[in-house]
Amino acid sequence: MLLWTRRSRVVLWLVAGVVFTVVVAAPLVMIVLASFAGHWTGVLPGGFTAAHYVDALSGDTFASLSVSVQTGVIASAAAVLLGTWAALAADGAPSRVRQAVGTLFHLPIAVPSVVLGLALLVAFSRPPLALNGTRWIVMAAHLMLLLPFAYSTVSAALARVDPLLAQAAASLGARPARVLLRVRIPVLLPAMSASASLALAMSMGELGATMMLYPPDWRTLPASVFALTDRGQVFLASASTVVLLVVTLAGVVLLGLVRGRGADR
Amino acid sequence: MTGLVFEAAAPARAGRRPQRVRRARLWWLVPPVVVLLGFFGYPLVLVAVQSFTSKSGALTLSVWGDVLGSAEFRDAAWQTVLLALGSTAGCLLLGTFLALAVAFVPFPGARALARLVDTLPAFPSFLIALAFTFLYGSAGVFGAGGFLYSPWGVLLAEVTFYTPFVMRPALAAFGQVPAAQLEVAASLGARPGRVLRQVVLPEALPSLASGACLVLLLTMNEFGIVLFLGAKGVTTLPMLVYGKAIVTFDFPAASVVAMVDVVLSLVLYAGYRRAVASVGGGRRAAVDKA
Repeated sequence: MLLWTRRSRVVLWLVAGVVFTVVVAAPLVMIVLASFAGHWTGVLPGGFTAAHYVDALSGDTFASLSVSVQTGVIASAAAVLLGTWAALAADGAPSRVRQAVGTLFHLPIAVPSVVLGLALLVAFSRPPLALNGTRWIVMAAHLMLLLPFAYSTVSAALARVDPLLAQAAASLGARPARVLLRVRIPVLLPAMSASASLALAMSMGELGATMMLYPPDWRTLPASVFALTDRGQVFLASASTVVLLVVTLAGVVLLGLVRGRGADR
Repeated sequence: MTGLVFEAAAPARAGRRPQRVRRARLWWLVPPVVVLLGFFGYPLVLVAVQSFTSKSGALTLSVWGDVLGSAEFRDAAWQTVLLALGSTAGCLLLGTFLALAVAFVPFPGARALARLVDTLPAFPSFLIALAFTFLYGSAGVFGAGGFLYSPWGVLLAEVTFYTPFVMRPALAAFGQVPAAQLEVAASLGARPGRVLRQVVLPEALPSLASGACLVLLLTMNEFGIVLFLGAKGVTTLPMLVYGKAIVTFDFPAASVVAMVDVVLSLVLYAGYRRAVASVGGGRRAAVDKA
């Protein structure tokens, strides 16, 4: 539309294609290549093998994968629940309260994850809640990092919902609990599922706060990948990263299926 | 239209509803706010207190003085700001260019590409750093050993990872420019460069600004890439917090750096919110005119 001659279009496509390949495609290809590599001394790797995947799916790295999945599922479920709760509760409030709640729930975005990790470390290494050294401190950090995104997705969806829907249900005699469960929450399901997939992906890849907080028996996969690269086991690290991506994508696709079904109602 | 009707109807509805019921509904806000304050507000307050506490536990300003005066801190702050500004500029250029190519010079598969770009921000940033060690490491495809661990390596990695964050709002904004406007401009004799400058970019400016602010905020706080590249000459503020707290267990000093980092981020975040609000306002105005 912007360029009218065939030649200029082809030139632009070529430039964009090269840039895209170098910037987006090359890193992903490199990781996948490295995860199968037996050795990498020349320009390209050689001695292709699947042994790194066998390693990645056993022992310590598998334990880390399981830790990551558990942390991701629990933290994102909690974040979506809490975010939806806050959005629903703020919905009926006076606009000043609603704005204050919105600002409050968006604030964790503005705080670096490392700083959040430090803050939790400082706060929960002492009574009344000595969570440091347990898995719960990692989950609390993930929850705080995910909460703003869950809240903003759900409250944006809530703003588009026609309030007549809930009013009609109430006028027909449905009690508030029934209106909430049968009308207000079902129309939010697509947004909740979208925020759940975002939260899951973010939690599975989280590094900053986790590096500050993880106890030895609750090391997430990204933290393990860092430990592996630090020790020079880069091929196993690549294989673990690919596994992490595949599991994350599977989770996101699964949540997308739920969303599809929710939309059909 | 419906929005207007409800704004008009809202006061009447509120008036009819007993005050008691509305108060009771506000109580539902308490549990989520308590969780947020307990795991976010309270810890941050303690960090602030910690930054004014000496190692022996006395109240003091000396930690602030020591940290702010140290060359290590000033280097880290300077490098953080430079890296963030450089990455943002790079992302803005690259993201705008790629978005222009996808939006205005469509090719088969452009839509699939746009969807792929949508999913990229869900990837962890350390993935890029890890890939770079194979791409530009000493035994890599473009084997250029020293480059990777210099600030330039970190800069390139951040540009690579954060470009989609500019591309997404840019694509959305370009999608709203009516094709007819471009055709009219071209039929009146404007060359592509002029159409771009006078028709497309003014329309997309607020979206690009909000994308740039977001990237600036995220690159200021980037941790994974710097940690993975382990760049010896590159220390950013988040890395300094990590180093002070986890490597040397100097919590008061780490808290000071953390407070500085939080203040910087909050300022940037306020700018981002303002930019986003202006995008929303601009769009509404455009709709009203139509």
